Amino acid sequence: METTISVKLKIWRQRSPKEKGQFVEYELDNVSTGSSFLEMLDMLNQKLVEKGEEPVVFDNDCREGICGMCSLYINGHPHGPVQGITTCQLHMRKFKNGDVITIEPWRSAAFPVIRDLMVNRNAFDQIQQAGGYVSFNCGGAPDANATPISKEVADVAMDSATCIGCGACVAACKNGSAMLFVSAKVSQFALLPQGQVERARRARAMVKKMDELGFGNCTNTGACAAECPKNIPLSNIARLNREFIKAKCAD
Amino acid sequence: MADLKQVEGMIDSTPIMKDYADIESSKLPEYQIDSKIPEGPVAEKWTNYKAHQKLVNPANKRNLDIIVVGTGLAGASAASTLGELGFNVWNFCIQDSPRRAHSIAAQGGINAAKDYQNDGDSVYRLFYDTVKGGDFRSREANVYRLAEVSNNIIDQCVQQGVPFAREYGGLLANRSFGGAQVSRTFYAKGQTGQQLLLGAYASLNRQIQKGQVRSFNRREMLDLVIIDGRARGIIVRNLVTGEIERYAAHAVVLATGGYGRTFFLSTNAMGCNGSAAIQAFRKGAYLSNLAFTQIHPTCIPVHGEDQSKLTLMSESLRNDGRIWVPKKKEDAEAIRAGKKKPTDIPDEDRDFYLERRYPAFGNLCPRDIASRAAKERCDAGYGVGTGNAVYLDFKYAIQRLGADVVRDRYGNLFDMYQMISDDNPYETPMMIFPASHYTMGGIWVDYELQTSIKGLFAIGECNFSDHGANRLGASALMQGLADGYFVLPYTMQNYLSDQIKVPHFSTDAPEFDKAEKDVRARIEKLMNIKGTKSPDEIHKRLGHVMWNLVGMGRTLQSLVKALAELEEVRKEFYSDLRIVGKADDLNTELEKALRLEDFLVMAKMMAIDALHRNESCGAHFREEYQTADGEAARDDEHYMYVSCWKYTGDNEKPVLLKEPLKYEAIKVQTRNYKS
Repeated sequence: METTISVKLKIWRQRSPKEKGQFVEYELDNVSTGSSFLEMLDMLNQKLVEKGEEPVVFDNDCREGICGMCSLYINGHPHGPVQGITTCQLHMRKFKNGDVITIEPWRSAAFPVIRDLMVNRNAFDQIQQAGGYVSFNCGGAPDANATPISKEVADVAMDSATCIGCGACVAACKNGSAMLFVSAKVSQFALLPQGQVERARRARAMVKKMDELGFGNCTNTGACAAECPKNIPLSNIARLNREFIKAKCAD
Repeated sequence: MADLKQVEGMIDSTPIMKDYADIESSKLPEYQIDSKIPEGPVAEKWTNYKAHQKLVNPANKRNLDIIVVGTGLAGASAASTLGELGFNVWNFCIQDSPRRAHSIAAQGGINAAKDYQNDGDSVYRLFYDTVKGGDFRSREANVYRLAEVSNNIIDQCVQQGVPFAREYGGLLANRSFGGAQVSRTFYAKGQTGQQLLLGAYASLNRQIQKGQVRSFNRREMLDLVIIDGRARGIIVRNLVTGEIERYAAHAVVLATGGYGRTFFLSTNAMGCNGSAAIQAFRKGAYLSNLAFTQIHPTCIPVHGEDQSKLTLMSESLRNDGRIWVPKKKEDAEAIRAGKKKPTDIPDEDRDFYLERRYPAFGNLCPRDIASRAAKERCDAGYGVGTGNAVYLDFKYAIQRLGADVVRDRYGNLFDMYQMISDDNPYETPMMIFPASHYTMGGIWVDYELQTSIKGLFAIGECNFSDHGANRLGASALMQGLADGYFVLPYTMQNYLSDQIKVPHFSTDAPEFDKAEKDVRARIEKLMNIKGTKSPDEIHKRLGHVMWNLVGMGRTLQSLVKALAELEEVRKEFYSDLRIVGKADDLNTELEKALRLEDFLVMAKMMAIDALHRNESCGAHFREEYQTADGEAARDDEHYMYVSCWKYTGDNEKPVLLKEPLKYEAIKVQTRNYKS
């Protein structure tokens, strides 16, 4: 049943990328356990606004776990302590009365803080721009059923394509590596017939861009996959390594 | 015509009602709208159009600049395709990346007339279902074109690497959606919108990499710049720095989505807004059919006052789920009191009201009908949960198919439901209730998708064109991509062909100065109200007014009351709004306030449109116009037209223009989903 709880929040506040940030503590009462985590932050912000203080800035949009806009490092976990969901899908019933909740932004050199809990993830777009596509112009496609693709392959490609680009993998990684993100896109196209022609070029270009942008190296700790809200498996990274080595050998 | 005497007292006390009475009683200028529909039979119009339209040659394309606002399915597909053609494209979004536009949240699927299932589908049938689904209030020529290009979309997306669901034989799988008797919906799990958007985003990225498209994120359009009667640029606010920026181009495309968040609670994302439409409206673009707002039948019910949004449960669930409420009022009361569980109600005491009322389509009847039927049962006292909920039950599907098959089809949706409601839908029925979801109305466009402002185009949900008074499931993705990939890139050239000698515009023009000054003045005005209410508080109040009085069931009285209450909300906004922080800085409160100011205008226009349309059609249900068995009663003689509202000033009444609707390829009839 729904009840209300009180929580103590320790939230990272930082005015700009250049300024020093700090944790600020807030107490919040009467939080309905049926509320989502972000609705709890809305409540806090409403209280701050009532006092004339600036609200805590955090990215969010769809609030149903698909747009990838929300982030937040909650009690040491990207997207909070529950596996397989985004912050916006986290509900307050997962917390107990009196809990202390620590909320930080993604922490990674490649994702500079814009304000408070909002970070800049443009680096992810740049990696996709480097090669995350099949090159063809609109209008020239053959009939959709001209090339059969086995259900098993299509399903695995779908599992890779399900990445929402939130950046939790980078935030979770002690090295700040983007390998799970890059490998998910490379895998999707490497598995499908439409992606074959540019397969090697794509792996090379996306890895090169990833390295340029200041993401760390992968040391196979697996934190990325453990914390991924979409459960993108680590096997994608193995596939990316294979794709990359094959591409390099062919050079 | 409504009996205005009923509300005479209200007319006297409500200045807006006087305006309305005036609109109704004056001799309306009729049929002034040129929708530029090509000549010929409906099946040949698009072919003929393409054969005779003017084109722009490659050398000239690179001299032409196009602004595309929005990066959802319509915006991203248009920006990438225009880039591929060789135009210079400036593409804007309010999110931190083009990939996050709200199209990403579409779950169920995308329709196409491929007839891969050999079940009798065709371009004509998709066209027919869409026009009928829209209750004969959409433009025939546009809908036929939509059905025609639907097949190209599927080809295009497969080539992009969109991992659609497939059968074991390797060919594409389909499922059924509401309002159709064929299986024509292509899907990628419950994430079809995501996969299609990522496909368009990938094509967009290729053009960004080439330098053909310049991408600007975290930017919000705040005004449209008109030079010599043509759209030539936009003023945007940089959401990170608060700076006001100017961008100029030969043409402007709006792909800014719907205004469903006028209701505050909706399935739309938090950032979705109707502001670009209102800016265009103020500059001369007509707004059409605003009363046609879709209330989606299967959403997770509201849990409390702190709720920020509602979550949709995909329409695809109605393929296998059965909707019911208790047959006996005492059972419903016992359930609401927590004394009985849904599983305690035996089958014979369950009222499968959709199957009962609409045997031919059953649980897969169109959204407006399913929503209204749910409301009817709840209003009659048979609702469960808080009283505003009905059951969507998978017990029967699990008995028929086994839990594993059900999990394979809907697993992610079930997980999502459980996350939010804390109930396990494999064991107990889901609780659902209708919620604001999509807006069929929007910016008026002609056959070329051009608005009533030259050089301003509107595509996707933000235009009014294809869905009439009710959109069928899996047709929003189809329309967004049809507009962006296959329609606008061609029709726009007809406009641009005589712009090739127009040099690049400078943003130093006096029109840009004026527009920027206006935007700054508007922001300053809001910042200086210095009241006590946050934008969200006022938006919630607006939402209550809209949901209660301009929602699923409307009456003359409710709409008049709504207009009076909207005036109160507007007064509160301009006297008691509080925006903390500074204007020239990142300020999420200011963003919300600016959007809310536009929602207030939109809300009033929605109420006026609903008030003027004295009939029920599709999602627009005026309770005084219904048949004996509770179905929508259309008035084709008086209302078979598109309402086009023209702005005449902030405190002036809008002018109504009409675009008549003619049906040549389809026989107009009463919608029937019963037999």
